[in-house]
Amino acid sequence: MAYQLLRFALSREHPEPRMFRRPDRLKSSYDVVIIGGGGHGLSSAYYLARDHGIRNVAVLERGYIGGGNTGRNTTIIRSNYLTPEGVAFYDESVRLWQDLSADFDLNLFYANRGHFTLAHTDSAVRTMRWRAEVNKHLGVDSELVGPDAVKAASPQIDITCGGHAPILGALYHAPGSIARHDAVAWGYGRGADRRGVEIHQKTEVTAIDVQGGKVRGVHTNQGYIATNKVLCAVAGFTPRVTHMVGLTTPIYVHPLQAMVSEPMKPWLDPILVSGSLHIYVSQSARGELVMGASLDPYEVQSTRSTLDFVEGLSAHMLDMFPFLSNVRVNRQWAGMADMTPDFAPILGKTPVEGFYLDAGWGTCGFKATPVCGKTMSYTVANDRNHPLIEGFNLSRFETYQLTGEKGAASVGH
Amino acid sequence: MKLLTCPVNGPRPVSEFVYGGEVRPMPASDCSDPEWARYVFHRSGIPGIKIEWWYHTASGTWFHAERDVVADRVIRTWLPGEGSMEVGGA
Ligand SMILES: Cc1cc2nc3c(=O)[nH]c(=O)nc-3n(C[C@H](O)[C@H](O)[C@H](O)COP(=O)(O)OP(=O)(O)OC[C@H]3O[C@@H](n4cnc5c(N)ncnc54)[C@H](O)[C@@H]3O)c2cc1C
Repeated sequence: MAYQLLRFALSREHPEPRMFRRPDRLKSSYDVVIIGGGGHGLSSAYYLARDHGIRNVAVLERGYIGGGNTGRNTTIIRSNYLTPEGVAFYDESVRLWQDLSADFDLNLFYANRGHFTLAHTDSAVRTMRWRAEVNKHLGVDSELVGPDAVKAASPQIDITCGGHAPILGALYHAPGSIARHDAVAWGYGRGADRRGVEIHQKTEVTAIDVQGGKVRGVHTNQGYIATNKVLCAVAGFTPRVTHMVGLTTPIYVHPLQAMVSEPMKPWLDPILVSGSLHIYVSQSARGELVMGASLDPYEVQSTRSTLDFVEGLSAHMLDMFPFLSNVRVNRQWAGMADMTPDFAPILGKTPVEGFYLDAGWGTCGFKATPVCGKTMSYTVANDRNHPLIEGFNLSRFETYQLTGEKGAASVGH
Repeated sequence: MKLLTCPVNGPRPVSEFVYGGEVRPMPASDCSDPEWARYVFHRSGIPGIKIEWWYHTASGTWFHAERDVVADRVIRTWLPGEGSMEVGGA
C-alpha cells in the first residue's frame, strides 16, 4: 500500500479511473431519457441497463449528480410506515440496501443503528402502538418500547426533555440505518455508466416535445434529443417539469432544512426522532451530529436556509441533550421537498404516453432510492406499472383513494 | 426574524402567521368529479409570483399577500375585498 501510494505520488498517472466517463456531446436520440441525476434517476438507469438490457439511456442533470436532495438529506433508512402499500415498498428497499455495497464494490458506509421514534404524549404512544402492530402484521421488525429502553440505548438523554416533554415510550425499529448519500449516487452512476448509460451533467431539460399525447423528445440547453420515453425524477423541480408536458399534480414545494455539528467522538449510536420536539438526529461516521426538523411552514422554491431553523432546532436538541450546549453547528442547508397531500409519493405512468413520474418524495425518498430504481425501471421498460407502486399512482387523487402516510412520514424520516 | 405586514396590525414576526396556500378559484358546484378532485388536490406548483392566503394568529385576521415564492419576498398584503386579486395589481 505504502509503495503504491509513493509510486502514484511520483507518477502523473491517476491510480484509479474516474468514477464515470464524461460523454462530451448528446446523441440525437435515446431509448430512454431520464431527467434528474439524483439517486432515483441514477438507480433507475442502473436497473434499466442491468435488469432490462436497456442501455441506450441518457441521464440529464442540470447541475452535478447527487447535488439535489440526494446530497442534502439526513440519510435515514427505515421501513416502519403506516399503510400496507408503504410498508411493503420500503421493506423491499431496506432489503435491497443491505447488499448494495457489495453490488457496487463501493463502501456506502451503510450502518445499521436502530431507530427510535419518541413519543411524548399519550396520543403519540397510541400512534406508535398502531404502527408497531401494522408493521409486525406485515413482517417488519418494529415494537413499542418504554422510556427505559430509550435511556439504555442513549444514556446521555434527558428522558424528561427539560421537564416539559417527558418521553413516555418509543417505536423501536431495529433495521433503521444510515448511509453515505454521495456514495449512493456515485455507486449507481458508475454502475449505470459501466453498462453503457450516458450521464450528462450541466445539461438542463428546458422543454418536452409532446405530440398527440405522446412524448417525442426533449429540448435541453445542449440541444434536442428524440425519445419516446422520459422518466422525470427531479424531486423539488417536479412541478416545473410536469408543467412542460401540461400536467398538473398535487405536488407543492416547501424547503426542508438540515444542519450538522462539529465532529465529536462517537457517543450516539441509535437514530432518534421526536415528532413533538421536531427533531431527528444521528451521528455520522465522521462524528458529526446530523440533524433535521420539520418542513418549513410555507412554499419557497429555492434552497435558502434560515437562522430561525438553527435556533429552533438547537433549542430542542438541548432539551434532549443539555450537555451539547458548547457544541458548535458547522453547516446548514436546505433542499426543496416535493410534498403531496397524503405524504405518499407519486409514481408510475401518467396521462401523457411515455412520460413516467418518480416524484412526491418530499422528506423521505432517500431510503426509497433502490426500490424506486427497481420499480421505475420495470415500469419504463414494460410500459406497465410495477405491482409495488400501484398504490402510488397519480390517478389516486381523482378517485379520492389516498394512501395516508402522514402519521408515519412527517418529521420522522 | 423575518417580518410580514399584517394589514391590520402592521409588521409582525412571521412566526405569528399561518400560511393558507395559494388563492385558487373554486369551480362551479355542478362541475364533474374529476374537476372537483383537481380543485381539491392539484396545485400550480410552478414557481413565480403568487397571491396567497395568510392568517395572523394573534388577532385572527385572514388576509392576502402577493409573494415571490422563489425569492421569498412579499410584495404587498391587503384585506380580502380591498385590493386587486391580480399579480402586479394594487
Ligand atoms: C434536508 C433533507 C433531509 C432529508 N432527509 C431524509 C432522510 O433522512 N431519509 C430519507 O429517506 N429521505 C430524506 N430526504 C428526502 C430525500 O432526500 C429525497 O426524497 C431524495 O433524495 C430524492 O431523490 P431524487 O433522486 O428523486 O432527487 P434529487 O436528488 O433532488 O435529484 C433530482 C435532480 O434533478 C435535477 N434536475 C431538476 N430539474 C432538472 C432539469 N430540468 N433538467 C435536468 N436536471 C434537472 C436536479 O438538479 C437534481 O440533481 C430529505 C430531504 C431533505 C431536503
